[in-house]
Amino acid sequence: MIGVGKMKQYGNVLDKPLNKGKQEVSLSAFAFLFSELVQYNQTQVDNIGELERRLEDAGYAVGARVLELLCHRDKGNRRETRLLGILSFVHSTVWKVLFGKVADSLEKGTEHEDEYMISEKELLVNKFISIPKDMGTFNCGAFVAGIVRGVLDGAGFPAVVTAHFVPMEGQQRPRTTILIKFAEEVLRREARLG
Amino acid sequence: MAAIYSLYIINKSGGLIYYKDYGSAGRMDTNDSLRVASLWHSMHAISQQLSPVSGCLGIELLQADTFDLHCFQSLTGTKFFVVCEPGAQHMENLLKFVYELYTDYVLKNPFYEMEMPIRCELFDINLTQAVQKDRVAFLGR
Repeated sequence: MIGVGKMKQYGNVLDKPLNKGKQEVSLSAFAFLFSELVQYNQTQVDNIGELERRLEDAGYAVGARVLELLCHRDKGNRRETRLLGILSFVHSTVWKVLFGKVADSLEKGTEHEDEYMISEKELLVNKFISIPKDMGTFNCGAFVAGIVRGVLDGAGFPAVVTAHFVPMEGQQRPRTTILIKFAEEVLRREARLG
Repeated sequence: MAAIYSLYIINKSGGLIYYKDYGSAGRMDTNDSLRVASLWHSMHAISQQLSPVSGCLGIELLQADTFDLHCFQSLTGTKFFVVCEPGAQHMENLLKFVYELYTDYVLKNPFYEMEMPIRCELFDINLTQAVQKDRVAFLGR
């Protein structure tokens, strides 16, 4: 066996350090697993809104865990308490760990004060997925929206997060925008903090 | 346009699940394409039985006066075949690449039902790119 004696053996899983090793998993394996997740959930629902909600809930559980892990690993058990701080944490740290890259853009909504958007030209979960015409505006990015909601909720920034396709000029494929609408209390707290 | 006339994908029971024609030569209506698909499926099976060589996997290339037909069968029994100009090069590579696209954009798509006709936007987009002339030459390297 290679490396016997070199690797420290930990009897208890809790004694293992949480530092990153090589963290990448096979994209194909993930794509098949995600595809099965969507297919399974499709058998459990009778409309598209419900399917979107179920995917979002699946993502929420991931987000809550990711927040915990990253705060411990990267931030020395501290978490962001300011709006812009947590947004850039999602946009860069979380995205990098989950998708291997920083999100394409993070913008503030032009019409509403409480809306922010994270856009991605080709969202990893949508890489192999073609939505049939009869499913309208359904977007499997709902899973990622759920992750974002999980992170934000866990950090004390309750928000409504949704995923949308946005057509782009000169591009065959629309990009995916994750729309974040923060709860009123978050903005009030933010204003108080100045 | 490359010297490809048309491309077919048939499922393991001989049903046509994807058909696309390129250019005007050899254009067929829907019934004819279905007929070619099921005919090829049977011929392929018969050729395996008739072959004097043991372990034969069926016809890979059919050469006629006006066209060549290259066929690739995946391990699961899905057949990919392309009808092209006589003597066209690099078709085996193209078929393997189409198979790769099929595994990526069709099989990993949660909205695709196995053995049913392929209607996946991403598969179409990537296939069109692959079939463009210079791309075929590139695959042949």
